[in-house]
Amino acid sequence: MSTEAREAPQAPEDSQRGTLHSGRGRFADPVFKWIVAVCGTTVLIILALMVIRTTSEAWPVFAKEGFFGFLLGESWNPGGSRTEITGTYGAWPFIYGTMITSVIAIAIALPLSVMVAVYLTHLAPRRLAKPLSYTVELLAAVPSVIFGLWGLHWFLPNVLRPFFDGLEAVLGWFFLFEGPVRGVGYLPAGIVLGIMILPIMTAIIREVVAVQPVEQQMAAYALGSTRWEVITKVILPASFSGIVAAAMLGLGRALGETIAVLMLIGGSQSWGASLFGTGSSMASHIAATFGESSPESRIALMAIGVALFLVTMIVNILARVIVWRLGQITGDAAV
Amino acid sequence: MSTATTTPPASRHTPLSQRSPGSGVRRIKDRAASVLLTAAMVVAMIPLILIIFEVTRRGIGVVNLDFLTQTEPPPRREGGGYAAGFVGTLYIMALAILMSIPFGIATAVYIVEYGPNRLTRVIRFFTDVMTGIPSIFVGLFVYGLLVIGWGGLGFGTFTGAVAIAVMMLPIVTRSAEEMLRLVPNEIRNASYGLGARKWQTIVHTVLPAAAPGLTTGSMLAVARGIGETAPLLMTAFGSGLIVTAFQGEAQGAVPMQLYRGAMQPFEAGIDRAWGAALCLFLLVLLFTVIARWIGSRASVGNR
Repeated sequence: MSTEAREAPQAPEDSQRGTLHSGRGRFADPVFKWIVAVCGTTVLIILALMVIRTTSEAWPVFAKEGFFGFLLGESWNPGGSRTEITGTYGAWPFIYGTMITSVIAIAIALPLSVMVAVYLTHLAPRRLAKPLSYTVELLAAVPSVIFGLWGLHWFLPNVLRPFFDGLEAVLGWFFLFEGPVRGVGYLPAGIVLGIMILPIMTAIIREVVAVQPVEQQMAAYALGSTRWEVITKVILPASFSGIVAAAMLGLGRALGETIAVLMLIGGSQSWGASLFGTGSSMASHIAATFGESSPESRIALMAIGVALFLVTMIVNILARVIVWRLGQITGDAAV
Repeated sequence: MSTATTTPPASRHTPLSQRSPGSGVRRIKDRAASVLLTAAMVVAMIPLILIIFEVTRRGIGVVNLDFLTQTEPPPRREGGGYAAGFVGTLYIMALAILMSIPFGIATAVYIVEYGPNRLTRVIRFFTDVMTGIPSIFVGLFVYGLLVIGWGGLGFGTFTGAVAIAVMMLPIVTRSAEEMLRLVPNEIRNASYGLGARKWQTIVHTVLPAAAPGLTTGSMLAVARGIGETAPLLMTAFGSGLIVTAFQGEAQGAVPMQLYRGAMQPFEAGIDRAWGAALCLFLLVLLFTVIARWIGSRASVGNR
């Protein structure tokens, strides 16, 4: 952005060139511009195609069930027809699964990422800060299928299962922690999801925290504040909107995450209040049943995809708007 | 405030500025907070360490030459490997790279060199938005557009590559944009001063100057693309055999095969999944580290 403020260099006009330069180069310039402009517009075309193609494909389902009927309906009984919609399609169990796993993920990742971001910017020994933040970013590079494998075959049996059993024994009377503990379910999926969105949220919050003006912090220290007071009373209040944006970008990721959730959520088509229960998220249900679906139910899956797309788009656009308003940070980390 | 001149009595109304930060509740709070923040950092590191440790421990015994060169037997049986997946991933990634990287860099060139105007702002915004699209939705889109839609291409390498390319495109564009902005205007001015046209300046001066940064961004995008699983499930579909067809035959890939291996009950198949996880992890790690290395070296060289 900073380069825009300065005057951008301009190529000399053709009239400023001598007759020597009137050759093929004259046509190459507009052609080149055209090529890159067309490439640039491709992004927009792809996005438009995405919306149009999937929505029109899924339209018969929305038409039959009604938009809210589709979102709130509780039974999912795919029909086997090739040409028309014969089954009942209610996406509520999957919407619930998506919501509950994302909420768990945010509940875990938000406090942790704020603390890690503050630690990295204000507490970490100078020599350690960079390698540590690289390591956190490396976590973002781990493919989600590896998170799923590790979660299913190591983390769940060795750590989460004993923890869940204890939790059920102590808090089993509370409806969220009602047994039986089956292993896979909403809670493990949410926890692993929390680990997965931690790096992206940390990266953004760290950027936000790092650009807070040093003068205010110095002033607070000069008034005798402890580091803790500076962090909670000066830095965090000023970073609030950035933290909200980070949480929303994390939420966007969590809503759309497929494979790791699919491997850990259990894949049933019902829903229940207990966090130990099994279910499906929107994305995981699409991926799980797509392979052996009839053409008709693939259309219904497409409808779930459209609903998921709508929600993630709203969340993402809101987050982007907040990030853009902040101005000083690039939001690079979110890529 | 006005009474702050005398020594404070031991009342609850002592202003903060008159209490020593080095004593009492405030000091304890401060210490506790430091411990808490450090603990949070440690907690955040644990999953990565555990994943690296476990993937290495379970995978190292599985990965050998056979694993890379043989196709997978039925899940119950030991031995064999993910050759089909590796060929598929290589094939799909090659096509996806060919599609997404030139497009992404060209888009960035348009945004940086021909902007800012209304169109570039719109493109930039939607590129940002595109990074947040769920990968499963990209899969559905390509399925609706190419697999059953126009042309009815069916499952195959090409459709899988299109899905991965759509996932990679915004990453390439965003990073390339940042890199092109880092190219100092003096270089452009010098080029114009020598009589170069705009396209010559971009092709011969700006892009070479930004090359290391562009490489970094592209490699990070590739690292992201290699691990994508969900969109491939509905575009390449998966295959246990080596497929060389460009389109029309279901194609396999390492992450898909890994997923299917991990979700079936037989120990031999799960072991192979760990092996594949190790290979995949090493690939991603390699790309990420090399990309960062090129990036950091270039930024030092520029200054």
